Amino acid sequence: MGLLKRPLSLASGRIVLDGQEIQDAPPAEMRRLRGKRVGMIFQEPMTALNPLSPVGRQIAEMFVLHEDAGWSEAMDRAEEALRQVRVPSPERRIRDYPHQLSGGMRQRVMVAIALACSPELLIADEPTTALDVTVQAEIIDLMAELCAAKGTAILMISHDLGLVANMCRRVAVMYAGRIVEAQPAEAIFANPQHPYTQGLVDSLPRLGERARRGQQRLREIAGVVPSIQAYPAGCRFNPRCLRATDVCLSVPPEITSLSADGPMQAFVRCHHHG
Amino acid sequence: MAEPLLELDDVAVHFKVGSALAGGVHTLKAVDGVTFDVKPGECLGLVGESGCGKSTLALAIMGLIPPTHGHIALDGRDLAKRQRLETARTVQMVFQDPYASLNPRQTVRRTLADPLRLHGVTDKAEVAARVADMLARVGLRPEHADRYPHEFSGGQRQRIGIARALILKPKLVICDEPVSALDVSIRAQIINLLLELKDELGLAYIMISHDLGVVEHVSDRVAVMYLGRIVEQGGWQEIFEDPRHPYTRALIAAIPDPFHRAAVSAGAKAKGEIASALAPPPGCHFHPRCPLRAERCTIEVPTLDAVAAGHRAACHFRERTD
Repeated sequence: MGLLKRPLSLASGRIVLDGQEIQDAPPAEMRRLRGKRVGMIFQEPMTALNPLSPVGRQIAEMFVLHEDAGWSEAMDRAEEALRQVRVPSPERRIRDYPHQLSGGMRQRVMVAIALACSPELLIADEPTTALDVTVQAEIIDLMAELCAAKGTAILMISHDLGLVANMCRRVAVMYAGRIVEAQPAEAIFANPQHPYTQGLVDSLPRLGERARRGQQRLREIAGVVPSIQAYPAGCRFNPRCLRATDVCLSVPPEITSLSADGPMQAFVRCHHHG
Repeated sequence: MAEPLLELDDVAVHFKVGSALAGGVHTLKAVDGVTFDVKPGECLGLVGESGCGKSTLALAIMGLIPPTHGHIALDGRDLAKRQRLETARTVQMVFQDPYASLNPRQTVRRTLADPLRLHGVTDKAEVAARVADMLARVGLRPEHADRYPHEFSGGQRQRIGIARALILKPKLVICDEPVSALDVSIRAQIINLLLELKDELGLAYIMISHDLGVVEHVSDRVAVMYLGRIVEQGGWQEIFEDPRHPYTRALIAAIPDPFHRAAVSAGAKAKGEIASALAPPPGCHFHPRCPLRAERCTIEVPTLDAVAAGHRAACHFRERTD
């Protein structure tokens, strides 16, 4: 999104959106791109919405800024957008302020803003972590349905493995700043290759597991997540890894491809994967 | 059958909100007619969405909010008649957020030793020994005692929170979402620790959580709350294998399971959102979201009646299994 703030900055690498490199794009161009071509849904709908502006106006702004609409036309389209995200009586709700809406309704408004201009990519950062589980299920269904209709790709950021499994086609697992494994969703849960992924998948208490196998001790991943100021040398997972050997302590593992279709389709970054 | 450690009989906690000048005074029924018991050494899972009254109920059991109606008895004696300190020695709490629930200006030793001193353990050697013993039990090293909370990771802080709850050797520990603020890779450690301590020390737990995987894993019995009322309770197996309240089914259906992709039947899902506790729907509180709703549900409050021995559900259609 080009929103890194000092002291953070993009150190190296390229970010390519639909064939266009955007890592060095000037701020004005990024402003045109954000919301129009890339939408984003934030974790906390209360803090991400402007508390002093009616929600209809916050949606309409998208049409005014990105699609040269006049305000009255934009407000009509905002009402339609609210209807699409299934907010009841949208004609009244467009005049409501965020505090007048429940958490689930606010997140629907966020979805409406993010998808207003039918972006090519939607970045959803823990979109339902702040919501109750029954509401979460509704928002996820809604997001998936609207994105499918608009042809929008979703980059879903989440720590909820269950949600990821149900929603996503491909999964990349990050640990301490690096992607340690990427695979299609079915494969990563059925056959995880990196010790960290295996640990995550094994450590979950699974519904129905106790009925099948009795109350067993959960598998633990030992140790703690390293501090960003003191990443271990070599493989960053080595202090917590049961398979770590001398090479892991000094040499950062390279990518090993797991797919014949190209190295980025499915890969793992571990000296002792499998 | 062991005597219950904790008994709740028709407990209600109501709050007066609003003012007579601005729209009138309303009664918020945070907890409304809750009856259950917890036996020594048992783990009761308490499940429900935010705003359903779980935490208010926890505070009432801790003796921090007097119930508006009904009785809470601990060890067979009414909570209202017990001394505050005596109650504190019997029931303790582990909080959700280990970043916010530890005093940042106290060392771990002070956090653990203060309750001991307050409860009459004044011998320095004994205090030191009990602090060291408790640290070892929760998997921390002796030298950790002289550090401050900011020097610990989230998982370690939760271990300190658990140590603080256990230092007075309580019989009942209320765990309010003990792992939801922790990294996913750390949660299993804390759940295992809680289960070990339960066996070693014969503790009873009330496990408040919205994570049904955790609740199923640790609980002996489960109670499901919706808008201040218990809508279903029973053994963990009954609740998870044969849920009879549509809300329980909706909760289970809403949990995405990484190992059963989209196995959820769409008909079980709840529609809409939890209603405000200030204006709960008449009849069955769940009826506006319920797939089984009938005329009767909008008028008549269903009672929490038996489906089988030890399994009760508050639904007019508790016999339906579809």
